[in-house]
Amino acid sequence: MAAEVSSVRTEPQGRRFAFPWRGAVGNGVFFGLCLLAGIAVLVTLVAVIAQLVVESRLSIEAFGIGFLTRSVWDPVAEQFGALPFIYGTLVSSLLALLLAVPLSLGAAVFLVEIARGWVRSVLSFLIEALAAVPSVVYGVWGIFVLVPWLLEHVSMPLAETWGEAIPLVAPPATGPSMLSAAVILAIMVTPIITSVARDVLLAIPRSQREAALALGSTRWEAIRTVVGTARWGIFGAIILGLGRALGETMAVTMVIGNDPSIHASILQPAYTLASVIANEFTEATTPLYVSALIEIGLVLLLTTLVVNIVARLLVWSIARRYSQQ
Amino acid sequence: MEPSQQQEKQTHTMREDSSAPMPQSDDHIKERFRIVTESLTVFFDGKAAIRNVSMAIRTNRVTAIIGPSGCGKSTFLRALNRLHDIQPNARVEGRILLDGEDITQLDATLVRRRIGMVFQKPNPFPAMSIFDNVVAGLRFNGIRKRSLLEEIAEEALRRAALWDEVKDRLRAPATSLSGGQQQRLCIARALAIEPEVLLMDEPTSALDPIATAKIEELIYELKRTYTIVIVTHNMQQAARVSDWTAFMYLGELIEFDKTRKIFTNPSKRQTEEYITGRFG
Amino acid sequence: MNERRLQPSPWVERRRRIVNALGHGAVALATAMVLVPLVAVIWYTLREGIPGLTWDFFTQLPKPVGEPGGGMANAIVGSGIVVGLASIVAIPLGILAGIFISEYASARLAAAIRFVTEVMLGLPSILLGIFAYAVVVKPMGHFSAYAGAVSLAIVMLPIVIKTTEEILRLVPRHIREAGLALGIPQWVVVLRIVLRAASRGIVTGILLAVARAAGETAPLLFTALNNRFWHTTLDQPIATLPVQIFTYAVAPYEDWHRQAWAGALVLIGLVLVLSIILRLVVSRTHLEHEQ
Repeated sequence: MAAEVSSVRTEPQGRRFAFPWRGAVGNGVFFGLCLLAGIAVLVTLVAVIAQLVVESRLSIEAFGIGFLTRSVWDPVAEQFGALPFIYGTLVSSLLALLLAVPLSLGAAVFLVEIARGWVRSVLSFLIEALAAVPSVVYGVWGIFVLVPWLLEHVSMPLAETWGEAIPLVAPPATGPSMLSAAVILAIMVTPIITSVARDVLLAIPRSQREAALALGSTRWEAIRTVVGTARWGIFGAIILGLGRALGETMAVTMVIGNDPSIHASILQPAYTLASVIANEFTEATTPLYVSALIEIGLVLLLTTLVVNIVARLLVWSIARRYSQQ
Repeated sequence: MEPSQQQEKQTHTMREDSSAPMPQSDDHIKERFRIVTESLTVFFDGKAAIRNVSMAIRTNRVTAIIGPSGCGKSTFLRALNRLHDIQPNARVEGRILLDGEDITQLDATLVRRRIGMVFQKPNPFPAMSIFDNVVAGLRFNGIRKRSLLEEIAEEALRRAALWDEVKDRLRAPATSLSGGQQQRLCIARALAIEPEVLLMDEPTSALDPIATAKIEELIYELKRTYTIVIVTHNMQQAARVSDWTAFMYLGELIEFDKTRKIFTNPSKRQTEEYITGRFG
Repeated sequence: MNERRLQPSPWVERRRRIVNALGHGAVALATAMVLVPLVAVIWYTLREGIPGLTWDFFTQLPKPVGEPGGGMANAIVGSGIVVGLASIVAIPLGILAGIFISEYASARLAAAIRFVTEVMLGLPSILLGIFAYAVVVKPMGHFSAYAGAVSLAIVMLPIVIKTTEEILRLVPRHIREAGLALGIPQWVVVLRIVLRAASRGIVTGILLAVARAAGETAPLLFTALNNRFWHTTLDQPIATLPVQIFTYAVAPYEDWHRQAWAGALVLIGLVLVLSIILRLVVSRTHLEHEQ
């Protein structure tokens, strides 16, 4: 060993090889490419928004702000108003949240605070994977399984017993309906709300729970303290679910009945912003019709943008507050 | 501290420490001192982590840097490898002369090819074999000739005292080695690009005593060929492996002298307190 | 001192115990109720879909309206082509943008791009269809595979960016430093060492983005449109699996319903298998770097 070492030259400047690369040029080029890609993302979002604005100009000029409050949708007479779709979108999404939120939060609490080991990882995995199931698959299941089941076991009995007294469930009950849409939406946003709420709860440090338990709280009371701490993040999770519900297209289109009029009863058909675009875009023959549909898209875009930005900020604020600890 | 005052102090230290009379020509200094830092200061987010560190590191000697954690010894070492370049919040002032050339003005890539570095935790590249790890510095710098790569890999592994343990499984993933072997692999990887200087940042702090002894033995062998700077929080290690020792405290160089002198008769009170374990 | 000032009342204590038990029961029940419909979706898709997975399903063209038989061969190939075209654009662009966020961008710019990425993830995909319609279909004058690919590329882009960035962040800093310390130029360190250490995670993340794009229906409705026959060029309408499933599911023919279920099963299988792989890879990558 020693002999070997001493045979090595003491002046390493005379290397046996010369490095062919200097790196400066490659560094510059690669950085430029990455920078361009990063900027391309920003540009894409701006371009999507700009295109929708530009393409809906015809309709904006024709109907003005009244577009949002008119409830007529008559392609033949070229009279367009978005109110039935705004109504349908809001009501179906809010109903969906009403169903999904308690269940999702319960599941999130169960996953973080109670479930352990493999139960926890299997449930987490199921819920995350199901958030990725394509919308059209939920739609197929909705048409053939959910809609008939709801009609027979929920809508008909409801309409028969309460229909006279409560306009909300007035007959005639139809299969495809606001209720069907709300239920399928609830099923679709549940995994999203659950997994985001779970992440928010996981971000709350353990010391919070231990502090509550050390004061003599029961486990349930400790959980309530933690949920209280995380309330803004959980609210963010719910808003994120709302954003998804507002923009959901295929499954809703397949089960909502597609009727551009406002019914008080949730057992009757309705229509949403996304659904009317999906159904009528290829049939729209006149420029004004197309433009009106794109303006509907613009309304949807602005709504979901606001909702998503609010949600992201809420979820991040929780994650940031506790990430240092 | 004023720069002029600092300059004076450095010159003074050099004269005092050299047994020979002060050399007259520049060339002579270059030969004797591989790296000279002048008023090296590193800021993180505008706060100085090390201040006005001026040190002359001797060729083919082992220089140890000791001091309590947070004293800036790692910051100093990383500055020699230009690693602060990639941290946007870091700023380096002062000069670092390698063979008389200011490396803060050179292409960082070229500097790092002359100054190798071994880190605290063994950090072989994941998803690469032992062989691929050793030649990574050559291959990713554009050297493709198979026979040359094999020749250099063997030599580097021999010098890192790892060859006998791995010669039959060069294709095995690097992560299959033990911690001590991984660290010697990292040393071999650094040697393969044939640097002049080898920086070691607490190279044994993640290792067991037997692996540590191996690395220390290795350092002793390597100093015949390389100039070695080692940061350590272990004073016994500094005493065992180094010829010269620098003591840093709160971002400043307090004392820099022959290791024997530092450990037996330090001239600064802070050094003495640290050596005798009264703080840190 | 033995006399406590706060005497816990037995009634309060009992109520707390009951509430505790009820609370636990309620969240367990909620979890079960969340899982029921999800399990039902998978169960029905398997039950109704398996009989439809015939040789013809994968090899035959659709029969004329109302005639039984035929398959979705052209739609499956069409999906492959449209998603493939989208991938050619979205994958390199997404990886580069992910690298930019994790390796180069200042903290503020990184946060901005991350934010835009999240916003894009939340955009209803049908809007991306409108965008592609406006920038491709309208100027070309007809529907095409290209238009469909543009909309799907924008669906995929934020997913690829997000997974790339998240996986790159799992690669510890000292790996990058080890590379730089060898005098390797930064771009080579990123491409040959960091990306390599993260490769399995990134590859599966990309596959998941591909699966997501393969399941997208809404943006294709008025970009790729549909086609009962084999397409011959990419600048004409093209059939895709999700659009075909939608068309068949809302049509009044038994046999088409059977094929719609079969198509749904293909999509759900794709997504679930890739999710499982992704999960395993991410946890393994995580473990490796923890050591």
